Amino acid sequence: MNGRDVVLSRLRAAVSADGPAGRVPRDYRRERPVDLDRLVERLTDYRARVHRVPEAAVADTVAGLLPPGATVVVPPGLPPAWLPPTVAALPDDGLDVARIAAADGVVTAAAVGVADTGTVVLDGSPDQGRRILTLLPDLHICVLRAAQVVAGVPEALARLTPRRPLTWISGPSATSDIELDRVEGVHGPRVLHVILLP
Amino acid sequence: MTRTFLGMPATAPPGVGHLRGDEPFPAAARRALADPQLRRNLGHATGTIRGKSAAVIDEVPDWPQLRAAGAAIKADVMARLPDLLVQLEAAVTAAGGVVHWAPDAVEANRIVTGLVAATGADRVIKVKSMVTQEIGLNEALSAAGITPVETDLAELIVQLGEDRPSHILVPAIHRNRAEIREIFLRAMPGVDPGLTDEPAALAAAARRYLRQTFLSTPVAVSGANFAVAETGTLAVVESEGNGRMCLTLPRTLITVMGVEKVIPTWRDLEVFLQLLPRASTGERMNPYTSMWTGVTPGDGPQEFHLVLLDNGRSAVLADPVGRPALHCIRCSACLNVCPVYERTGGHAYGSVYPGPIGAVLSPQLTGVADNASLPYASTLCGACYDACPVMIDIPSILVHLRAEAPHPRAESTAMAAAAYTMDHPTLYAAAQRAARLSRLAGQRGRGLPPPLSGWTASRDLPDPPAQTFREWWAAR
Amino acid sequence: MRIALFVTCLADTVFPQAAKATVRLLERLGHEVVFPAGQTCCGQMHVNTGYPGEAVPLVRRYARTFDPYDVVVAPSGSCVGSVRHQHAWVARRAGDERLASRAESVAARTYELSELLVDVLGVTDVGAYFPHRVTYHPTCHSLRSLRVGDRPARLLRAVRGLTLVELPAAEQCCGFGGTFAVKNADTSTAMLADKMRHVLSTGAEVCTAGDVSCLMHIGGGLSRLRAGVRTVHLAEILASTEEAV
Repeated sequence: MNGRDVVLSRLRAAVSADGPAGRVPRDYRRERPVDLDRLVERLTDYRARVHRVPEAAVADTVAGLLPPGATVVVPPGLPPAWLPPTVAALPDDGLDVARIAAADGVVTAAAVGVADTGTVVLDGSPDQGRRILTLLPDLHICVLRAAQVVAGVPEALARLTPRRPLTWISGPSATSDIELDRVEGVHGPRVLHVILLP
Repeated sequence: MTRTFLGMPATAPPGVGHLRGDEPFPAAARRALADPQLRRNLGHATGTIRGKSAAVIDEVPDWPQLRAAGAAIKADVMARLPDLLVQLEAAVTAAGGVVHWAPDAVEANRIVTGLVAATGADRVIKVKSMVTQEIGLNEALSAAGITPVETDLAELIVQLGEDRPSHILVPAIHRNRAEIREIFLRAMPGVDPGLTDEPAALAAAARRYLRQTFLSTPVAVSGANFAVAETGTLAVVESEGNGRMCLTLPRTLITVMGVEKVIPTWRDLEVFLQLLPRASTGERMNPYTSMWTGVTPGDGPQEFHLVLLDNGRSAVLADPVGRPALHCIRCSACLNVCPVYERTGGHAYGSVYPGPIGAVLSPQLTGVADNASLPYASTLCGACYDACPVMIDIPSILVHLRAEAPHPRAESTAMAAAAYTMDHPTLYAAAQRAARLSRLAGQRGRGLPPPLSGWTASRDLPDPPAQTFREWWAAR
Repeated sequence: MRIALFVTCLADTVFPQAAKATVRLLERLGHEVVFPAGQTCCGQMHVNTGYPGEAVPLVRRYARTFDPYDVVVAPSGSCVGSVRHQHAWVARRAGDERLASRAESVAARTYELSELLVDVLGVTDVGAYFPHRVTYHPTCHSLRSLRVGDRPARLLRAVRGLTLVELPAAEQCCGFGGTFAVKNADTSTAMLADKMRHVLSTGAEVCTAGDVSCLMHIGGGLSRLRAGVRTVHLAEILASTEEAV
């Protein structure tokens, strides 16, 4: 017997007396209307900084968040109009780890925003890029469209594709490991900006 | 060993891992209770987390419905566990992962050590994982010349302090900021000698210390919070970003997962991703959740291994009363509300699984005889059942396990005698009179022999009344 | 109404005053109290210590003794909790399905005192007088097993002369837990110390509860401290009247 056979036969023996499984009650809330103000409030509550601007103002907003000459990692499919001329763009054409880690920031789009939890979800689409891009730089600017925002977790999962690598981000990196007080900024980006478009 | 025996539900083997303590709970608890610093640290931390959790749960009007759904999904998982694992295996394999099956801790350690050795790496980075603590993976890796580096802040504090985890979620909950600073100054290579005890400064020190290790280590080991059978998707919830580092940067990722972590469908995540953060850290959502399915070309690890671990879980599954202990999603809400845990801390439980859930899980994984004192480490106050996001009736399982536990002979005799007396009202009334007349207790009970002296060490016994109720009633 | 009293072994033997008060109170409210002979103990101590097999005769005795009655009351949340949540389990575990159904049927007619008063008899003002500063410890089994909620507080608030002061961290266990207090005496003592600290912080003269077992524990600790706070069962407060004071 190999390990697989041992484990499976043990588990089969353990459930051999089981009757049919019961029904799962799913009378919790799903498909609720979206409240953008709630998203902003909850992002802010977890120390993300939120900027509500029209799409034409994204580049100016980004310019205001980074010093002139700052290096910014850019996923391959990011709309070029989102980047101000004041920053030095580093397009990800297979950037090595050291260059990503040395960058001042990263600008991405997002796949989904979740109002209830103050979350943005990245799914590795071309305007978001590889997971490493949003991990090593200390500042992440994430551009989210109102149409991408859903009310809660059930609605978010319904919009996402499981086969893609997914990163759910709720505020900057944090820890509660010291006396259970939340401290922002451990290994991930210590600063998270969300630019919310209409 | 026969084929039949090999294939029957089995408990976790002794001599490996961290499911068995060195001494019974009351003895270990006594030492913890004598440490006033520990008592203050635990009281502060559990009080803080209870308040945070209650506040964010209050925001969710359908919390009872979510709990009911979570409980029902887990019950369904257990009933179909073998089939779901086969489905998971197929989905992970189709997505480019490799699935391994480990009947126990020894096999799991052998598999993981072999996989690391095959990459040629002499160091692995680790995401906080209860299951790798359970099987003693770090010891096994070290014995094979591979250095495991814990990257979760609390696990790092525990590792640098040569300590043991004492909480499921916050393994260093027994340490306060001043103690953590001391540990860093003593054991963290290259630490700034001017380090303060500000939590932000301590976190920054860990960031600096681990950054180069993250960037240069080719293999990571993680646990998993959920694995979706339908899609082959694994999920890890975390806060610091160390998880993302481990799940993203190395070339090879090895995930070790207890078999009970599988859930049937993608949609089921909508229940658990609402329950887990609010019940555990008291957040609406933890800062980072990573989900991956096999291998994604050009993004993240290009080699992915999933190790499915039994190590006693089949034995728990085989007990219909004890089985819901496998529903646990490791939120640790039961620890935070437990009046016993709050006073003794996690080390007193011996096992890596402390608190109420540990008191029902550890004895079942090892067989009750190997953790016989744990089912009694509770007043059955029920706070854990109320707090559990998947509604595990921990008190009922504790009572069930007490019935399975080996009993001291003197106690068995006394209990049988008491039951006999109480089933014979004449004897019972006579015993009541005898208790009163002989004044066995003397001096408000202070002359009693052990174990009853445990009561009178800190409390008086009431004076026996002149008349029992039934005597009063009869004379009425 | 005709109400059968389940006195419980602890109240019968050690705290008869709580049971007598229950009788006085219910009779004052115009009900007939009967005390079925043959009753002894609910078996909770056996079940919770790991001896459910030994508890089977006690479960059978309880069901047989109280089956003839429509309403049963006990001045103990924890004994009622055992009747309601453990008796059928004990019977099923022993393979006695008939006893299990009978136990369930009797359990459905068994009430803790505050449940009986508020839900069955529909009273919150029982006409009591108790001119003292009182704090209420909810006790784990009344609070979480029976979910009596604010029924005891509603009854206490209606008592004339009584000042009810809130107990900090009231929902936390006092550390009794039956044989827990003996098997884990050190942890139990640590829990008791915090409970007593909270009781003393209220400045109350009296700490009350619906369970004689928890009161015995808290009262035993307060007595050792010579703390000057009395423990009094809820039934005794509700049975007190101006004439009796």
